[in-house]
Amino acid sequence: MNILRNFLTRCVYALILLTAVLVLNFSLMHLAPGDVADTISQSMGGADQEILDQIRADYGLDQPFIVQLGRYIGNVLQFDLGYSFFYNMPVTELILQRLPATLILVITAQLLALTIGVVMGVISAQKPNGLMSHFVTFLALFGYSAPVFWTGILLLIGFSLHFQWFPVAGMRDVTIEGGFWVHFVDLIRHLTLPMITLASVFFALYSRLARASMMEVLGSDYVRTAKAKGLSVREVVYKHALKNALSPVITLAGLQFSAVISGAVLVEAVFSWPGLGTLAFQSIIARDTPTILGILFFSALVVIVGNLLTDLALRLVDPRVGGKK
Amino acid sequence: MALLEVENLRIELTTRDGTAPVIDDLSFTLEAEETLSFVGESGCGKSMTALALMGLLPEGIGRVAGGHIRFNGEELTTATPARLREIRGNDISMIFQEPMTSLNPVFTVGEQIAEVLRAHQGLSRSAAWDQAVELLDAVRIPNPKGRAGDYPFQMSGGQRQRAMIAIALACQPKILIADEPTTALDVTVQAQIFDLLRDLRRQTGTSIIMITHDMGAVAEMAERMIVMYAGRQAEIGPVEQIIDHARHPYTQGLISCVPHIQAVLTDDRPDLVEVPGIVPSLREFGKDQCLFASRCAHVTQTCLDARPPQKAFSAGQIADCWHAEAF
Repeated sequence: MNILRNFLTRCVYALILLTAVLVLNFSLMHLAPGDVADTISQSMGGADQEILDQIRADYGLDQPFIVQLGRYIGNVLQFDLGYSFFYNMPVTELILQRLPATLILVITAQLLALTIGVVMGVISAQKPNGLMSHFVTFLALFGYSAPVFWTGILLLIGFSLHFQWFPVAGMRDVTIEGGFWVHFVDLIRHLTLPMITLASVFFALYSRLARASMMEVLGSDYVRTAKAKGLSVREVVYKHALKNALSPVITLAGLQFSAVISGAVLVEAVFSWPGLGTLAFQSIIARDTPTILGILFFSALVVIVGNLLTDLALRLVDPRVGGKK
Repeated sequence: MALLEVENLRIELTTRDGTAPVIDDLSFTLEAEETLSFVGESGCGKSMTALALMGLLPEGIGRVAGGHIRFNGEELTTATPARLREIRGNDISMIFQEPMTSLNPVFTVGEQIAEVLRAHQGLSRSAAWDQAVELLDAVRIPNPKGRAGDYPFQMSGGQRQRAMIAIALACQPKILIADEPTTALDVTVQAQIFDLLRDLRRQTGTSIIMITHDMGAVAEMAERMIVMYAGRQAEIGPVEQIIDHARHPYTQGLISCVPHIQAVLTDDRPDLVEVPGIVPSLREFGKDQCLFASRCAHVTQTCLDARPPQKAFSAGQIADCWHAEAF
């Protein structure tokens, strides 16, 4: 009951936040010089002032800022993000086409980074001066300091060009035929390198935090109690200690969610992954304002939903969160 | 045969300054259904003794460097980790001095009790839970059925310590080690916890090793006591005997520290007194002299030259003091 009410309150906050994001994004785009009329006239090889005015009038760009803003928000409330003049299709449709690819990349990378990070952190915490611990520290340092696109290109050269284990680009091979599993395996093969690339940065963060958090928890009184109960090492470490050590990692993972999405833009560019990142890149070049705004809106939505999920996950791990009575 | 025999136990801690014997040549026995109390200031080795009995000395820092711990005749200092796990929580269990942090915050209290039962008695999930509820009832937590599902943060300090006691007694251990079980609790709750421990001991016949620096608690709870100082035994014997006629100046000091409420102050019962000075640093531990000498009013050259011998008196009272006969 309490959790449900809390969840609804959070949803209301999320809506207010989304509206603020909308207004801010729209204002920022409006402040930037140049608009779609310029792009269109450029693609026509130039146009005089009269035609420019005509185009602006057609798209409602001659209206005062406040009117444009009001119109835009009104449309968004009706799930209409506008029309992309560049791609010649509704923005919502365009984004929904690309969103799954990005979600697949972001979620798998995040899960991979979390799983491997926590496992390695936990293992190295048990022997802080062991070989494994040094290895994790090295990997983490490498992952954190290497730029994502560089890691990506390195992996491409190594595993796609040299060994030819994985495809170089894209998300699926249009030439193959077969059932669900054939396509699934194909997707996994395409996904592997971008996922590892994106995960490498966040693995670094999570493994370091998991290691530190686990070391602290292993020295706590309740772990001593668990040992005094005569529980096995496995139960002491993976039941009593791990569940406590997870809270900070989950919190960080939630905070990093937006960073994962922005990281995805770079990774998508390197691997020609057909997601929102590639779309954002192209529409910025094309000054396709409605598409850019739509992508920003969806990114904000994904981050907010991600934070809500983080909150729920924290509640599952730590009963003290949310003040259960 | 005594339930527990500790013989010439030596525990060394590795510090930056080298190794120090935090327990130096300690011997004692614990009989079935007996309560033995360890008394002494902080840092005298009481808790270390308890951790050594549990096989829980801090890894890489503390180790048993010599002597024997025998439980029912079985040597524990050389037992395998697996065997020690079988004994811990089942035959020998322990309650700690920090009830606020000794329970795991993310598991329900019922689960934390039931877990011991599953580990040692092979009970099923539901049988262990039912037993956990009964145990909560036994340690007098009202509405045990409802409270079993509570998390530690939903309980008061006293209730948490009761829950700890329930965990420790779940498998009806032969020995319960209580390491300052009431230090973190307020006075009225302390009295309740002592009552509870006394009743439970009567019902279950568990031997108790009570570690404390509260002389009042010792007098109430224990039959015999060991006074520890700087990792060594200062005095051992029946509680009444020692309180009536302590043979070691340190014991005398500790007893005179207990506040009294008599209106007229006499030489015998002056206003609140203290033992002057502080416990020697770890570096001093292990020296061949009386470690209490620096704080003792009766110190002579002999005390500084050699470690005092154990002098036996009537009723099993033993004092480690060169001048024990004089007191």
